[in-house]
Amino acid sequence: MDDVAAWFVWLHQTTGIKLTIFYDSYDRTRFLEGFVTTVKLSAYCLVLSLAFGALAAGLAGSRVALIRRAIQGFVQLFRNTPPLVQLYFFYFALGPVLPKVDGMPLLGSFGWAVVSLTLLETAFAAEIFRAGIEAVPKAMVEAAQSLGYSRWQIYRRVILPLALRVTMPAMTNNLVNLVKTTTLAYAIAVPELLYMSAQVWSEQVNVPEMMIVLLVCYVAIVGIINQLMQMLENRLRVPGFGQ
Amino acid sequence: MQIGNRCRWLGAAAAFALAGSNAALAQVDTMASVKQKGKLVVGVKADYKPFGYTDPSGKIVGLEIDLANDVAKRLGVAIELVPVVAANRMEFLKQGRIDMMIATMAYRPDRAEVIGIPQPFYYAGAANVFAKKNSGLRNWTDLKGKPVCGIQGAYYNRRTGEEFGAQLVVFKGVTEAMAALEGGNCVGTVFDTTFFAGIMGDAKWADYAMMLPSIDPEPWGLGVRKEDTKFAQYITDVSKEWHKTGFILELEKKWGIPQSPYLIDQQKQFK
Repeated sequence: MDDVAAWFVWLHQTTGIKLTIFYDSYDRTRFLEGFVTTVKLSAYCLVLSLAFGALAAGLAGSRVALIRRAIQGFVQLFRNTPPLVQLYFFYFALGPVLPKVDGMPLLGSFGWAVVSLTLLETAFAAEIFRAGIEAVPKAMVEAAQSLGYSRWQIYRRVILPLALRVTMPAMTNNLVNLVKTTTLAYAIAVPELLYMSAQVWSEQVNVPEMMIVLLVCYVAIVGIINQLMQMLENRLRVPGFGQ
Repeated sequence: MQIGNRCRWLGAAAAFALAGSNAALAQVDTMASVKQKGKLVVGVKADYKPFGYTDPSGKIVGLEIDLANDVAKRLGVAIELVPVVAANRMEFLKQGRIDMMIATMAYRPDRAEVIGIPQPFYYAGAANVFAKKNSGLRNWTDLKGKPVCGIQGAYYNRRTGEEFGAQLVVFKGVTEAMAALEGGNCVGTVFDTTFFAGIMGDAKWADYAMMLPSIDPEPWGLGVRKEDTKFAQYITDVSKEWHKTGFILELEKKWGIPQSPYLIDQQKQFK
């Protein structure tokens, strides 16, 4: 670690390329904290939005008109408003209005970011799942019905598995978008990667270097997600369906 | 005498090259290019009352705008104001988007490496924390582990976070940071004493005050491009005149700012 730090100090002295995150302990800690927070934020929102998205997609086909309209309304609201505006609304407008716990607000900036981004991504995930559900051949559903499956069993055992495989490419798109959207949380002071990098470059005045490091980090995170989704797609491949 | 076609094209190319190189030279001489354009583009704050802020009619006004107008008047050109924030003011200057920058920027040696900051400095501010009067904060060390709102790019953020152990919650602009303070997301906001002096009269902030001893007094510097030595010298001369005539002290009176001991000092020095 010291060798790496020493090399970057040498790099700065000879070429003027300033990458303090490698040799300054305060900057390094902050940058790593930012990286971990981005990964955490992405992971929470990913898992929650997939779960809620599947639920919402299922409810969107409900026989009760009220439920169907409520889900539609929810999707319209969160899909049609800009994510940054949603974040600002939750943190600055809704946050102060809610009751306080021990004088501190109910949710910190990280909490509100998770809430806002999950709701946004649930709306998108619900639409993607709905597309997948409608792509399941009617014949499959009718065959299951004739075998005596209940509505819920059909959804869980026939529709959802097939819909999942159909929506894989669109879902990968969505998840990549989610990781990129977490950078918006910087506007409400969530200590994620872009926020920490902005603090470092404000103090060290090394904007181009930090920008490149940021890009590399995001490409890496997104690349890993892509790889995982590819592997998942391959493992879930059903012969004769959608090839 | 018939000039051959080839000679004509060579001549045109040579003329072009000369014109091009002249333009390149003009790039570094801001004063000439400003006089040629007929306007001075100045980067100023638009959210920092009373130094640079937007008045109810939408116009950017403030003490620093008055200083910028004075420079433009002396150069005999019109002025164009470009709103900047702490995180982008130096980049805009380096990129050439603005000719001059007067945006509540504290002088730091590492900032002077990147852009030119002519002396004497036109103002001086210090860091303090604006918190509720009943927050019980007395010393900077009381901030340890507590969430403190701040503004990105401020020079005392690092010290507040590293030395005093506060949990910094920084925002892009001072408006967002003050909104977060109001919402209770932090115990106080760390920023410049001059900003707080500007808002202390507001009824909204009646329960708040500057709770800690002011630290890190930093003179504020006007920014020009590093290679622009001619313009920097011009600004130096103008700044000396400002101090000699007490122009900035008068502006303080106009904007309701308590007299800064730094300015009184500077005036004595240049009398």
